[in-house]
Amino acid sequence: MWTLVARRLLIGVFTVLSVSVIIFLATKVLPGDAADIRLGQSATAENLQAMRERLGLDQPYLIQYWRWLSGILSGDLGYSLAGDRPISELVASRYHNTLVVSVFTTAIVVPLSLALGIVAAMFPGSLYDRLLTIGAVATVAAPDFFVAMLLVIFFVMWLGVGSAVVIGNTDGMTPTHLLSHFALPVAALCISLSSQLIRMTRAAVLNVMSSPYIEMAILKGVPRSRIVMRHALPNAIGPIVNIIALSLAYLISSVVVIEVFFGYQGLAVLMVQGVQTRDFVLVQSLGMLFCAVYVGLMLIADVCSILANPRLRHPK
Amino acid sequence: MTQEHSFQTDGVLTNAHWVAPQGDDRVYDELSDSAPRGTFRLSIPGWIGVAVVVFWIVFAAIGPMVIPWGENDLPFPDAYSEFQAPQPGAWLGTDVSDRDILSRLAWGARRTILISLAATVLAYLVGVTLGLGSAVVGGRIDTILGRINDALLSLPSLMFGLVVVAAVGSSSFILITTAGLIYANVVYRLARAIGMEIVVMDYVEAARARGEGLWWIIRREIWPNARIPLISDFGLRLIFVILFISSLSFLGLGVQPPHADWGSMVRENIGALQYGDSMVPVLAPALAIATLTISINFIVDDVSTYVGGKLSGRV
Repeated sequence: MWTLVARRLLIGVFTVLSVSVIIFLATKVLPGDAADIRLGQSATAENLQAMRERLGLDQPYLIQYWRWLSGILSGDLGYSLAGDRPISELVASRYHNTLVVSVFTTAIVVPLSLALGIVAAMFPGSLYDRLLTIGAVATVAAPDFFVAMLLVIFFVMWLGVGSAVVIGNTDGMTPTHLLSHFALPVAALCISLSSQLIRMTRAAVLNVMSSPYIEMAILKGVPRSRIVMRHALPNAIGPIVNIIALSLAYLISSVVVIEVFFGYQGLAVLMVQGVQTRDFVLVQSLGMLFCAVYVGLMLIADVCSILANPRLRHPK
Repeated sequence: MTQEHSFQTDGVLTNAHWVAPQGDDRVYDELSDSAPRGTFRLSIPGWIGVAVVVFWIVFAAIGPMVIPWGENDLPFPDAYSEFQAPQPGAWLGTDVSDRDILSRLAWGARRTILISLAATVLAYLVGVTLGLGSAVVGGRIDTILGRINDALLSLPSLMFGLVVVAAVGSSSFILITTAGLIYANVVYRLARAIGMEIVVMDYVEAARARGEGLWWIIRREIWPNARIPLISDFGLRLIFVILFISSLSFLGLGVQPPHADWGSMVRENIGALQYGDSMVPVLAPALAIATLTISINFIVDDVSTYVGGKLSGRV
């Protein structure tokens, strides 16, 4: 088993490395480079040359790549092209919001969706189950900003609670205070994420429900709820943990839209601003950060499904 | 085969499968290993979905011809003001630059649907060709393509889009190519998985023994059998592409002004939520995207029940 996990980890490291190569090369296809952007159009050839030397842009790509990668590994994310500020400083001032929203979303959406999904699997074909399925099919295809907009219309316009724009300093807030501050973005993310989680939890439990030992339990006369909780659920845990990790990985794309919609200063907004100002050093570093988190979550998903599968845990 | 058949027509042993009590024998339809259901039936949400999709297609096709204003015309140049309420001449009101919402919705329908459709078709052309190809060829080419595929799939799609737009800017062509290539990865994986199931069949081996070429085998043996599950997945891919393009446009990095597409209309008019007399300018394009994607998903849901289980479960 451990060799399997170790192999998976190795593949993960390899994947992050190849992602870094893709991101590095993507910014090298640009006609201009960092020196052009910093000095603008009026720069003389000597100035450009000096700036390239200072930034190390006169070195071969392989050395540039190595410097960039080792910089990221040691926490030095480079300098933003706009304003000449170290990117790690920009990240430090923003990661807090993104982290808080993600943690709240996870803490709320995971238990809630699991419960809803498992109850649906207990009573398949019931009215509750069918309504939930229709709801999930609808929300999984709805754009994130549409969900956020409906929440704003309902809560802010009609009920008059909360605010359509989430701004303000969050320093020193208590967790309950923070939750009410970020209530709408967290709610929007929860709705976007829950549909997938509910459907897949339900499918994972139902999948186990079609195996012979469940049939045996049904014939024995075990009540349905007990079959689901005691017989089916323990065997569905592996796939469910897998689903949770995957959903959190999908959270990254939704976070971008939600942060822009509500306008609070998070990492994803920083990235979008970087794209708008064509600050590709910033885009490079943040893209790498997001992708590393994404690959990490995927990795956790894979390792969990290895650990949860007795056949893989105890190979013959 | 004939024996089974006679059992079924006799009605003695109609169904050898275990049927769960409480009459929920339909529940397992959507599992990955469930048998295809006999006839294709649309559910009620499915019918609604078909109606809505047809509506939007017709709207995109003839809307721009029927509606009097172009996408950047001002219906009331004399009474310039943002977010005017719906009135004769501008049936859905005007947007942040006083342009007619209904006209922009129609032009936007065309742009959103055409770009998404083109990107999905591109994703299918690339993904299916490479996926079935690497299933048939196998060996080193399969391994290399698989590794590239793993690396590209490990980028969150929106992040990938952002990096590309940061590097080369944004235009319809770049949007189609980027979305097409991102989703070609998913299609590649599906096509390869389906192709792998078919490649091991005896008839493929027979074709190989006859000395048929690679292209012939893909076209005559693999494709006819992979066709139905792949086509049933097309709708799902189309949904994700529409959401991807709309999200990029919403972020201001997709379709660029002054052109209208639904995502960028939401972005431009987001102020109507707070400052406008009516919420129509921002609600209309958002509803348009949501109704289109949700409707397609209802149809996809019915189709995948018919084809036999969620396709993604087989990968």
